[in-house]
Amino acid sequence: MLTFLLRRLLQACFVMIIISVISFAIQDKLGDPVQQMMGMTASSDDRQQLREALGLNDGFVSQYWRFAKGAIQGDLGTSYYFKEPALDVILSKLPATLELAFCAILLVILVATPCGVLAAINPKHILSRLLMFVSSIGLSVPIFIVAILLVYVFSIEHNVAPSFGRGDTTDVFGLWQSGIFNKDGLRHLILPSLSLAIALMPIFVRLIRAEMMEVLQSEYIRFAWSKGLSARRIYFVHALKNTMLPIITVGGIQAGTLVAYTILTETIFQWPGMGYLFMDAVSRVDTPLVAAYLMVVGGIFVVTNTLVDLIYGLVNPTVRLASHGL
Amino acid sequence: MNLLSVSHLNVNFQVKKQSLAALIDVSFTLNRGERIAIVGESGAGKSVLGFSIVNLIGKPGYIASGSIKLDNKELTTMNLRQLQEVRGKRIAMIFQDPMMTLNPVLSIGHQLVEIIRSHTKITYKDAKNIAIEKLHKVQIASPETRFNQYPHELSGGMRQRVIIASVLLLNPDIIIADEPTTALDVTIQAEILQLLLAICRDHGVALILISHDLGVVSKVAERTLVMYAGQIVEEGPTLEIINDPQHPYTQGLLNALPQMTLPGHRLNQIQGSMPPLSERPSGCAFHPRCPYATEACKQQQPKFIYSGVSSVACLMIENMIDEFDRDDPVQSDNVLEGER
Repeated sequence: MLTFLLRRLLQACFVMIIISVISFAIQDKLGDPVQQMMGMTASSDDRQQLREALGLNDGFVSQYWRFAKGAIQGDLGTSYYFKEPALDVILSKLPATLELAFCAILLVILVATPCGVLAAINPKHILSRLLMFVSSIGLSVPIFIVAILLVYVFSIEHNVAPSFGRGDTTDVFGLWQSGIFNKDGLRHLILPSLSLAIALMPIFVRLIRAEMMEVLQSEYIRFAWSKGLSARRIYFVHALKNTMLPIITVGGIQAGTLVAYTILTETIFQWPGMGYLFMDAVSRVDTPLVAAYLMVVGGIFVVTNTLVDLIYGLVNPTVRLASHGL
Repeated sequence: MNLLSVSHLNVNFQVKKQSLAALIDVSFTLNRGERIAIVGESGAGKSVLGFSIVNLIGKPGYIASGSIKLDNKELTTMNLRQLQEVRGKRIAMIFQDPMMTLNPVLSIGHQLVEIIRSHTKITYKDAKNIAIEKLHKVQIASPETRFNQYPHELSGGMRQRVIIASVLLLNPDIIIADEPTTALDVTIQAEILQLLLAICRDHGVALILISHDLGVVSKVAERTLVMYAGQIVEEGPTLEIINDPQHPYTQGLLNALPQMTLPGHRLNQIQGSMPPLSERPSGCAFHPRCPYATEACKQQQPKFIYSGVSSVACLMIENMIDEFDRDDPVQSDNVLEGER
């Protein structure tokens, strides 16, 4: 177990270095931060001065070196716009995004699992066919259309849920501004998390169905029937556990898609999270913030995939993390 | 009264719009504590017969007609709930490949205890004790450790022992063993077979052994059914079938045993292969491969008739008995008398 975690940490460092190089390299291509900061009227001398002060005239390697030295000490640069450490700015928005993602994942698990299982058990049933049809539509319709439709139906036509912002938040132990623990915050969560969930659900319904159908054909399921076990037990203990093995792995990979979709969702719903911040940072050419965002997302990625591997090891007895130190 | 009686069972497979017959008019009986074997080549319908007894034929197969009675209770018309009462508790099954039969993500203990707990009201602790006792009975060393292990930690022979233990948990009346030793290596085959035989004897459990290995069958079964293309072609005491096979197919099977060939000679084999369900020959299904086939065999379905102590479905034998009848009516009457 310890070797596994150590190895993972080493991998994580490696991944982070690569991400940092990439995120640093694209900074130049975003536009000119100086122009954004000083406006159109500044003289070219002033610009030159600011450029020099920010170190933008140095070569790529020395700029990166400066960035990397800071990054090791937890300093990912200072946001040009907020004039605050970029990491602090991002971490202050992290709770909003994590809560949104968490609710979406919860929705996906709670809806996709039973749907996939039902469609696998009765593939010819009219409801299963309908489910497959709807999920194929869901796969092909882009998330912003779904989100806009949701807004139109649920907040404009019927005033069920608010369409923008995060609503009230409660302070949790002084480190987390949470929207989950009050009614207004929860109401604001409905539409964004729903549209985020709808983006991911079709893939999982289809995956679970296909995987489960294959598992149901296996000898050990037939043996389970021959033992006279109840149908519920066979489907939800014997079959589902085996079905979930590949799904867990895919789930870890889909975390990346989830991040991409949070950017879209947060922009549409003006959700004050990291994704929304990132879009703003890009348009303001706030390059330290962009780089810091990419680093944080990279970190989240590594952490989720480590967690997924740990869960996989728990579910699948043939994988022994401790002894192989994968 | 018979413990199990199968009569005129027809099983079909629905493939597209076509209904293909997998079992045709299969009838046999099984007494309490009796051990019978079903033999035949691959595709003869042995496994389909085994599975159809507990109504577990995989789709698209279904029981088209006929009846299967356990203690005079009809199994074919039972709903799932009633069948669950029978499966595992009264009729238990052992499958061919122990590597595939146990669920890879559930512990041995879990898979044993759930069988007991889904059929009887019993605490986990008591169920665990029963499970460990049965593991002990199938000669698994340190059953307490094995109880907490997962299938991948056990060898093939060990897994088949676990499966046999799982079958014993509820003291069933019948065990259906579908080629229980085929997937094991030869040294372990004999051990597993011995174990199975000992268990059936000790507990008075009836056994339906499905096999294509006549050597295995001769050691275990008292009575043997020979199947070809979904039909029973010969039935009788195992010794009789092995010493004096009547049907040309049974003769072919026996001749194909390696022991029947002198060293240095080519192995005997039955020419051709089992026809697929969709290309069932007319008349006697075996006629294209039969060395004694006549014109009549192509058209006429042979009836199942008594011949000595066995029964056989073959026109040639039917004719021979008829001729015998004509030559010596008195004696043939005696023969018939004897069978009844």
